[in-house]
Amino acid sequence: MASHSESIIREPLITGKDITYAQITNDVLRPVENMPGKAWWIGFVVAVLGACLWLFSVSWTFWYGIGEWGLNKTVGWAWDITGFVWWVGIGHAGTLISAILLLFRQNWRNSINRSAEAMTIFAVICAASYIVCHMGRPWMFVYSLPLPNTYTLWVNFNSPLIWDVFAISTYFSVSLVFWYTGLLPDLATIRDRATGLRRKIYSFCSFGWTGSVKTWQRFETVCLILAGISTPLVLSVHTIVSMDFATSLEPGWHTTIFPPYFVAGAIFSGFAMVQTLLLVTRKVLGLENYITMFHIEAMNKIILLTGSIVGVAYLTEFFIAFYSGGEYEQYTFLNRFIGPYWWAGCMMYGCNVLMTQLMWFKSIRRNIPIAWVLSIVVNIGMWFERFVIIVVSLHRDFVPSSWAMFYPTWVDMSIFIGSIGLFFTMFLLFIRVLPSIAMAEVKLILKSSSEQSKKKLLAHGGLDEEQVEFYKESLVKFDSVEITDYQKA
Amino acid sequence: MSSTKYILGLFADPDEMMHGIDLLQKNSVPIYDVFTPMPIHGIEKKLGIKDSRLGFAAFMFGCLGGTTIFSMAYYMLVHDWPMNIGGKPAFAIPDFVPITFEWTVLFTAFGMTLTFFFATHLFPGRTPRVMDLRATDDRFVIAIDAKGNTPHEDITKILKEAGAVEVKHNDRKYVSYE
Repeated sequence: MASHSESIIREPLITGKDITYAQITNDVLRPVENMPGKAWWIGFVVAVLGACLWLFSVSWTFWYGIGEWGLNKTVGWAWDITGFVWWVGIGHAGTLISAILLLFRQNWRNSINRSAEAMTIFAVICAASYIVCHMGRPWMFVYSLPLPNTYTLWVNFNSPLIWDVFAISTYFSVSLVFWYTGLLPDLATIRDRATGLRRKIYSFCSFGWTGSVKTWQRFETVCLILAGISTPLVLSVHTIVSMDFATSLEPGWHTTIFPPYFVAGAIFSGFAMVQTLLLVTRKVLGLENYITMFHIEAMNKIILLTGSIVGVAYLTEFFIAFYSGGEYEQYTFLNRFIGPYWWAGCMMYGCNVLMTQLMWFKSIRRNIPIAWVLSIVVNIGMWFERFVIIVVSLHRDFVPSSWAMFYPTWVDMSIFIGSIGLFFTMFLLFIRVLPSIAMAEVKLILKSSSEQSKKKLLAHGGLDEEQVEFYKESLVKFDSVEITDYQKA
Repeated sequence: MSSTKYILGLFADPDEMMHGIDLLQKNSVPIYDVFTPMPIHGIEKKLGIKDSRLGFAAFMFGCLGGTTIFSMAYYMLVHDWPMNIGGKPAFAIPDFVPITFEWTVLFTAFGMTLTFFFATHLFPGRTPRVMDLRATDDRFVIAIDAKGNTPHEDITKILKEAGAVEVKHNDRKYVSYE
């Protein structure tokens, strides 16, 4: 319903004057249709260097084996699974934004869902690369598939590790389908504006999209159903990741709270990564009118909520460890503070719980530099959370003679730093060749939720004075709104 | 005899386009199709397009996926090679739930999306059949087959009256072919 007018008390989702349908296309496609600026090139070169480091260290691992990592007999999982869980978790925000917020009819998702979904796909690629690497002999991956083999043995469907193979591969491929289907209308827009070879390439990729009535009708059905099935899917993925740990007998791992705790943590870290990327992207690509202060604040509120859920899960873990009466369980949790890895425990609890509580303050939620720094703090904290769960639980074995420490080698570190480079390489290529905002979806809310439509409502008059005042006050926080326009009226 | 094949009414505003559809239908001008840069709810009702049955397809694919993997797990772990794991039953239904769920979702997503592509004739490299290049940008386009009995000037007048910013009389159906 294009003409449906929204209540004045809702904040605008698109700011700026004279935003037309054509203007949206021009603004979003500017980075795609023009040569990138200096900032993009600097970022890209740095990211590609990182990706090269990743390629080198992964090849090194494949050539010499995982003996090149700092693993030992006691700590058999370390930075590999830490990195895997970290990246999978980051991916979750994209699906949350694209699927769950669609089901809840949260229109503000329309301008951030495309880049968040892209981020999901790149993060899951990084995560999957860790899984293949940690097998040591990556070609053995074939034995995790239910295929007839020379041993005439089948995979064990009772094992959470096999569930994980199914969950991650389903998650990746369904996310890819969801993302690409959503891209088709926007690829067609680029195609119809381009000439020459670019036109040919985008024409090939846009599958012959025309935007006829029937196409749109089916498209919307497909998107809604994909959102409906992606929602339980994304929850199942991190649930199953947590079961890799929770079904074991390791103190610190066999906790029934793990599934909801991991899912909350995943959404928490994912939104932090979306914030890290979008705060820079909106500035560099000049998308302030589409990714507004409302979006930033809304994401910060989700970070606060999920961070607090994670905090409650931490407290529950401590209480249950105490209440269980199991001395190994109690020691594990105490050891997070008094053991040799006390600093990792402090990073985990400090970054994830204490720092995010700052988001209760409006001035912090609305301050872009602080929000950006906090989003990185969250990602550091979430990496340490996985490190604490994995390494700190393992390094104190049941038998004290087996107690050990984990020291990462240069290969461990290079793969981790390199995977960040790989992620950013893919993300930067994405914003260069594909529209980073879902144009069709933003056009959908232009007539109902933009600042200018609200201005029209104001000019039309007949509104409750109190509501108008409330609306004007809510505009003060926006960095993309000329507040002086409203003061004279 | 004019060489016009299709008459296109280009609108800048979706509501005016909806008004245009109403006016055309009131004057019994059959509409060939409507091309918009974004989904406009309510058009399909006006044009008498039935609800999509993709939901049923999705459901059937989901059932197929769930059944496939559950049968596979049964065949592999119960029938073909049952393992003795602490004397517990080989047919461990709760353990099969995660994979059954995953493949239900997997088959639903791929089956439904491929059905959508198949039914809508979307595939990589398909030559786009575009009637107006701005229909994916900022124009809401009503296409009318010019072979009907209504005089072309009348159609133009109706479209203009509804608020069309431009009316095109095209000799060719698609502008995307060179």
